[in-house]
Amino acid sequence: MPLEIKSLSKAFGQYPALNDVSLTAADGEFLALLGPSGSGKTTLLRILAGLEQPDAGEVLLNGEDFLSQSIGARRVGMVFQHYALFRHMTVEQNIAFGLRVRPAAARPKRRVIAERVTELLALMQLEGLGRRYPSQLSGGQRQRVALARALAIEPRMLLLDEPFGALDAQVRRELRRWLRQVHDRTGVTTVFVTHDQEEALDLADRVAVLKDGAVVQVGEPHQVYAEPANGFVYDFLGPACRLPGLVADGRLTVADWTSPAPSGAPEGEVELYFRPNEVSLAAADGPGFSARVLHAGVRGASGKIECAVGEAILELEAAGSPRPTFVSRGADIRVTPIRYKLYPRAD
Amino acid sequence: MKPLVRLPGIAPLLLLFSATVLGLLIILPLGIVFQQAFAKGLAAYLAPLREPDAQAAIRLTLLVAAIAVPLNAVFGLAAAWTVARFEFRGKTLLLALIDLPFSISPVVSGLVWVLLFGAQGWFGALLQAWGVKIIFATTGLVLATILVTLPFVARELIPLMQAQGSDEEAAALTLGASGPTTFLRITLPNVKWALIYGVLLCNARAMGEFGAVSVVSGHIRGVTDTLPLHIEALYNDYDFVGAFAVATLLAALGLVTLLVKTALEWRFADELAASRPR
Repeated sequence: MPLEIKSLSKAFGQYPALNDVSLTAADGEFLALLGPSGSGKTTLLRILAGLEQPDAGEVLLNGEDFLSQSIGARRVGMVFQHYALFRHMTVEQNIAFGLRVRPAAARPKRRVIAERVTELLALMQLEGLGRRYPSQLSGGQRQRVALARALAIEPRMLLLDEPFGALDAQVRRELRRWLRQVHDRTGVTTVFVTHDQEEALDLADRVAVLKDGAVVQVGEPHQVYAEPANGFVYDFLGPACRLPGLVADGRLTVADWTSPAPSGAPEGEVELYFRPNEVSLAAADGPGFSARVLHAGVRGASGKIECAVGEAILELEAAGSPRPTFVSRGADIRVTPIRYKLYPRAD
Repeated sequence: MKPLVRLPGIAPLLLLFSATVLGLLIILPLGIVFQQAFAKGLAAYLAPLREPDAQAAIRLTLLVAAIAVPLNAVFGLAAAWTVARFEFRGKTLLLALIDLPFSISPVVSGLVWVLLFGAQGWFGALLQAWGVKIIFATTGLVLATILVTLPFVARELIPLMQAQGSDEEAAALTLGASGPTTFLRITLPNVKWALIYGVLLCNARAMGEFGAVSVVSGHIRGVTDTLPLHIEALYNDYDFVGAFAVATLLAALGLVTLLVKTALEWRFADELAASRPR
């Protein structure tokens, strides 16, 4: 395993940022660290870069101790959330910086550096912008300069901190595809931090979900999405509806609906999670639990139905239009989750 | 002038008011300085500047500024770095201390040195035994000037460095730059303009300082009188042309400082804009 993170812990004063985190990444893998703010993902990235020191734990790269190496010796390409481009240098000077500051013996010749810069400008589709200053570039262009600068030193590992965080949705989608292509072409092991589940699931080979400084689940995107380890992961990966339920004697009861409990369901008080679009709706005399429609509107291509089940308020999505005739404000309807997950009740 | 937003009825009044204040309080007095200096012709203007005492005052003023300003530039850079890059207990206290010379009277800034190093001061006897003279000597003038001009460079740099953050320095380190390289090629260029501004202001104040140096100088003509003190001495001697002639030097210094600052802003507008936090 090229990158091995073993039992890393780090606290800032009283506040534990990382708690016994272990992770691995294969050579050339694209690993996403996904979590809400405060989950410790950026701290982990900064420890890998050498900008923070952990309180305990080990990091190995190709078997060698990584933590004892100085920041410079690690040869890690880091792309910062706000790019951190050198504002007083042109795009070319930014990209060449990592090569120019090498000690004389290891520094490539002027001509070699210039060639490398040209090559990277082409790879990043930044031709013609080499003489500009960062303040004269758009957000997407700055992001690509930051990536070019990180790649210039031929890094052993690429670290990206919320690389698309400061961009608008359109640019974000374009750059996402393109980042994946650059990764596939260069083959550098890449760790990237994001709080955007769509980004992580779309881009990464594997996703590690973090919460409160601990790894909650690691897996390939489709695994993590299909089998969230707990309610937190389920909730974090997309819009979720949640209802309390009970599993007893092989039967699942939710509100006034009972059905055979799936095999392996936890016994006792549970929480039922389902996606708002994975439901089938029926009129008041149909199957499912009863719900009262509070509001029926339109969201994009699908209909949005807000309804009350006991004390819980659910926001459902009804695919397709027109909306079934029995759905109207104040009406009683029946809802059956098509796919759902059961987790033991937390409290 | 093209107004960005016009406030009906108010705009002309405000313009008139600020123009009056500027005219009465700044341009008029400045004009009088030059008018008085040249009141008896060019020869009478140049004579007081050629006097040995005036020459000595010019040299002393330049010497004091040449020592105090670089020291304060280094101090300002170090203090701004500390405040902008580290979180520590007592940071607010440090900031207040840096500002203290702004808020206390310069006379007090001079007096503290007399209380410490004067003949009757805490270390007075000791210094006398060693034969070291601080008060009524160049050293005292330098100390008083340093204390008064302490905040100028730091105050220019702190807000800028705080706003810029340390990401660029972190990026340079990950790219393999050493600590000194990062400081010289990232930190320093990023604050270059603020540093130059700070040094200019610091220099203008160092050369023009009166209160603090007045206390520690002892007013020995041709020895411990700086330009502002020399002007006062001439004025007290009823040598008005002489006083105003020497005063034009200080006024010119102020104008040159302003001119250099404006020229820099005009010449390097793009770079200045780039060095501001985005």
